[in-house]
Amino acid sequence: MIDSKLVLWGQTVGYTAYVLAVMAGMAGYAYKVTRDGSLKQIPNAVFYVVVGALVAVGVSLHIVTHETIPWKKLDLNRATIAADKTFEIRAADHKFQLPPEKMTIVAGEKVLFKVTSDDLTYGFGVFRPDHSMLFQMQVLPGHMNDILWHFEAPGLYTIRSTEYSGPKGLQMIEKDVIEVVEKSPEALP
Amino acid sequence: MTFLQTLIRGTKDLFKPDGLTPMQKMTLRFVVVGLLWYGIAVAEGMIMRLSLVKPLPPFPPGHYYAILTAHPLVGIFGSTYSVVFGAFLFLVPFLMKKPLWSLKAANWTCFFLAFGTFTFWAAGFISHYAPLYTLYWPLPADFTQFSVVGGTFFILGIALVMVGTVLFVINVFKTVTYTPAGFPPQPAGALLASALGLTGLKRVFSREKKDHLVSLPVAAIARGTVDTALNAGIILFTGVLILVYMVAELSGHSLKHSAVDALLYKNWFWWGLDLIADGLVLIYVAGAWYLMATLISGKKLFMENIARAALFVEMVVSWTVWSHHLMSDQAQPGILKILSGEMVTAFELITQGLAFTITLITLWSARPLKMTNPLKFLLGGLLGFALAVPAGIMQADLGLNRILHNTQWIVGPHVHVAVLVGLTMTLYSAVYYLFPLLTNGAELYSQKLANLHFWSHLLGGIGMGAFMGMAGLHGMLRRTMYFNGEFSGYMILAALSGSLLLLGFLAFFFNIVMSVGLRGVIGIFLPAKLNTKDLVPSA
Repeated sequence: MIDSKLVLWGQTVGYTAYVLAVMAGMAGYAYKVTRDGSLKQIPNAVFYVVVGALVAVGVSLHIVTHETIPWKKLDLNRATIAADKTFEIRAADHKFQLPPEKMTIVAGEKVLFKVTSDDLTYGFGVFRPDHSMLFQMQVLPGHMNDILWHFEAPGLYTIRSTEYSGPKGLQMIEKDVIEVVEKSPEALP
Repeated sequence: MTFLQTLIRGTKDLFKPDGLTPMQKMTLRFVVVGLLWYGIAVAEGMIMRLSLVKPLPPFPPGHYYAILTAHPLVGIFGSTYSVVFGAFLFLVPFLMKKPLWSLKAANWTCFFLAFGTFTFWAAGFISHYAPLYTLYWPLPADFTQFSVVGGTFFILGIALVMVGTVLFVINVFKTVTYTPAGFPPQPAGALLASALGLTGLKRVFSREKKDHLVSLPVAAIARGTVDTALNAGIILFTGVLILVYMVAELSGHSLKHSAVDALLYKNWFWWGLDLIADGLVLIYVAGAWYLMATLISGKKLFMENIARAALFVEMVVSWTVWSHHLMSDQAQPGILKILSGEMVTAFELITQGLAFTITLITLWSARPLKMTNPLKFLLGGLLGFALAVPAGIMQADLGLNRILHNTQWIVGPHVHVAVLVGLTMTLYSAVYYLFPLLTNGAELYSQKLANLHFWSHLLGGIGMGAFMGMAGLHGMLRRTMYFNGEFSGYMILAALSGSLLLLGFLAFFFNIVMSVGLRGVIGIFLPAKLNTKDLVPSA
């Protein structure tokens, strides 16, 4: 599965290029609008082309991500996909209550996290050692909050609440509690 | 004139508060209140920016989160609502060519916005009531963390703001529809239908093409005001709900939190909040762009009928987009996430892109234009939304939201660039344009300070959003404090950009005070000496 870091890198490059292009375009417009020129009436066709482009971008963005970001389909269809492992986690009084067994995952496994809250709205985020985020979801009291994730990269991962639940929520960090290990050579095809 | 004389009497002693009409005074009061609260919001923002570089001892987490809770509310209600309501209460009668329905109600609106904002701000400051603008149930009623008395005053302050808002809504629609004494009878129903877009909708299905009875800017104000009214209703209802829990707690009867479903509450509240963020802000801003473009260029708006239709679509879209805030809520139905969260939200790219294009083409038709303060700030505002709207569309995607939600990306390149660069620069454009009209020809103290204001604000706003966004893409969460310098590099750069915003505001504030003088500022709040319903003094 494509790593979320790669998607974020792509977004960084794409959005930065867009920002620079728009700023340069606006600077050019600001200069030209103060100068006289022969073309004063913009043809209607230009306007309709812009409208068409906006519609195309607006519609295609979500189709493109549906086809290229793997966890999108995984998330929408999680009820019908069998998980290799399931971990149940409770949140209450600004603390995560983790499963008694160590959360060890073999790279390539699909893991279902089922998180419930006894009191407040919290968040459930899984982070890499460099503090970048692998994924997150909200944790609402009175509801089952579940997410299916396909782990690929071996390493230690930290859980922290990604939603504000009062100042006490700052302590909701469980460092290196998920370990993803390499697939054993025997298990390789 | 010496510096001291100018400080007291204003530039060239041109501003005479005694010569202001009651309408001018009312509008200027709103502007002064809005700017003062904006200054508080900027100061709060700087405290938070610095705290994210390194936690500051005077602002421990309890206090930090009280600031975080009050900050957007001060910015929206205390500052933006004040400036926008003041401007619209002047512009609607100006554009409709008739007096405001009630000057008294307008002045009460100003008072309720100022006093209500002070009440909730002070309640948060003193009691550290910090339930994140009451967003997530049952946090607002979590009295193990927050003071119930402080919370009661906080909610009371919000309610006062909403009362002022309701008065504004009534005043706008009554001004559009009523017949002033001495005027020929006006068709209230037809005026209302035109303002809301029903006439335009009818034209699509009818061969008979009736003229629009209200101008495009009035239509924009009216449609944005529908969202303002709906939002006030949601916030008032929510406030009452929270107050019920508070009153019960004070009387020794704790109510069960589970009586209110957290997901339902979240849907309800975000539906209401999006009437501001994705409703009235976008509609008012588009209307302001159209108005400013026609005023600056002196030309008819390009594709006016399409612009009208887009405003109507924007209003309907704003009622149906809220689910993009719940894409990380796994209990939220997937169909709502896709239809409301992804698809309908994408319409905002189209409607706002249309407004952007129409405004630029209208200005282009009048070139060469002089790069005046209103024009440069208008272009800044357009740029802000051109950057912020696509950032929002990206996070309103199920795939990207999974790795962006609640990071600094949301609040940086999207929220702060939209609000500070897009919205605020559009408002500054209107303020610079209206300044001579509202002050009967007072002169700006310094154009160099206006230029400093423009560049500091533009670069500060974009820079802050960019560095917050970069931190977000590297995993930095919003609404979180970091104690080990995890993201201090980005946060130092964001704080430096924030200080440019502060510099820009101080340059603007000083420039305005020196233009009208301290005597003038005080005079704005004294009763008007002219007894007239006219907007400006008759020659």
